[in-house]
Amino acid sequence: MTALLLRDLKLSVRAGGGALIGVLFFMTVVAVIPFGVGPDLNLLSRIGPAIVWIGALLAVLLGLDRLFQAERDDGSLDLMLMHENPLVLTVLVKCLAHWLATCLPLVIASPLLGLFMNMSEAAIGAVMLTLLVGSPALTFIGAAGAAVAVALPRGGLLVSILVLPLAIPVLIFGVSASYAAVEDPAPFLPPFLILIAITLFFAVIGPLAAAVALRHASD
Amino acid sequence: MGHAFYIYTAYGLTTLIVAALVAWTWLDGRARQRELAALDAAGIRRRSARSPGETKA
Amino acid sequence: MSDNSLAITKLSDLANPTRFLALAARLIPWLACLTAVAFAVGLYLSFTTEGDYQQGETVRIMYVHVPAAWLSMMCYTVMAVSAIGTLVWRHPLADVSARCAAPLGAAFTLIALITGSLWGKPMWGTWWVWDARLTSVFILFLMYLGLIALNRSMDDPSKAARVGAVLILVGFVNIPIIKFSVEWWNTLHQPASVIRMDGPTIDAEFLRPLLVMAVAFTLLFFTLHIAAMRNEIWRRRVNAQRRLAARMAGREQ
Repeated sequence: MTALLLRDLKLSVRAGGGALIGVLFFMTVVAVIPFGVGPDLNLLSRIGPAIVWIGALLAVLLGLDRLFQAERDDGSLDLMLMHENPLVLTVLVKCLAHWLATCLPLVIASPLLGLFMNMSEAAIGAVMLTLLVGSPALTFIGAAGAAVAVALPRGGLLVSILVLPLAIPVLIFGVSASYAAVEDPAPFLPPFLILIAITLFFAVIGPLAAAVALRHASD
Repeated sequence: MGHAFYIYTAYGLTTLIVAALVAWTWLDGRARQRELAALDAAGIRRRSARSPGETKA
Repeated sequence: MSDNSLAITKLSDLANPTRFLALAARLIPWLACLTAVAFAVGLYLSFTTEGDYQQGETVRIMYVHVPAAWLSMMCYTVMAVSAIGTLVWRHPLADVSARCAAPLGAAFTLIALITGSLWGKPMWGTWWVWDARLTSVFILFLMYLGLIALNRSMDDPSKAARVGAVLILVGFVNIPIIKFSVEWWNTLHQPASVIRMDGPTIDAEFLRPLLVMAVAFTLLFFTLHIAAMRNEIWRRRVNAQRRLAARMAGREQ
């Protein structure tokens, strides 16, 4: 399992730089927003957490359809299906590797973008923390979509359409926790704890669904 | 006052969508039946030897 | 085949498409007639009952809106049950059922959205409010469209059904979470001035047409669903026989 984790990490960092493209996409999306809404710093600092979160959501979805595609192309997917390790566990490890390679860089890059958005230190910290906690949920739920994409001739866009509605709760609680850290009356902890709960819930549902879908998509 | 407009639009659009659904289902069924009849006329039939549960086939 | 052998005693007997077709042929005319009668009564009732003192005549929109919204949820439940049937029992009709329910569900959700918007314009003054209920129905609509797109993009129907079933179930598990989170989001953002969705408690005067219309819409759904399933079975037979014919033609050469 560690071997699989390391292999996946190496592949995503080295070949084609999938991880780097995700971060680049994230930064480009966030950088484009001010051109749309204008350079008003007050407005930007107000919508900043939401923009960073939406950018991260799109960036995670962008890289997801490749999660199982490369394995399918070179045939190692069949090996995973036949391996004695439970498939759910394999999928979970692959999700972790994917998260480490593509989502963690996003989390690390988010403070920089927060500065661009004129966000306060507290808001930047809150966004970073919520992204750290919430982005695994996006990976897990996206894994189910990615497993479906394996059966499709060209699945990329369709997967994003299918997964986005399911990712709405993560976005809602991530953003509201970030706002709660800045705006006084709203408490920070309840949405943050719910976000953690959603992540844990998706950590069960996502790999399970992905494993079932992979089994059915392969035969 | 002007509420009638909204009411009739609501009912009208609902009727339109339901009618479209019914028409689609009906016409689809007719077309499939015609295809089956055409195949039947061409002498291609379901062989009784084959198991009847071959939806996937 | 004698009539006796077509009798359906267990759910597993329905797995035989020929038997299902025979049942559908007998059932569809009856269901269609019942639907027509229910709609006639329902429409008569919904246009003859009095208007509400608060909502005025626009309460009549509710008589199509509420049943459509109810069906949009019931249809997803039907799809989820079919998805379980596909994955657990590999019931050959279950994937047909799930596939045929998706367009129907999308259509009823669209009706619910349009009529809701038409009700909101005179009552709230805007076509669309990011109200918790409206938003979740809209998300449901997007999910239906995504599932239809998934079904259409795969050429192997049984594989599409099995993969789609996984997504249907994931969505079904997620719907309560989405509903809850949208409600949370809504209380956070919505200004208090917007009128509440739930009006006064429903009077028996309005309940009667509402119930009749709900029954009518439900009957309509089942009629269309069975008919669409029959069409889908025919379509697969046509495809199978064409393939068989092509194979036989290839062998003769």
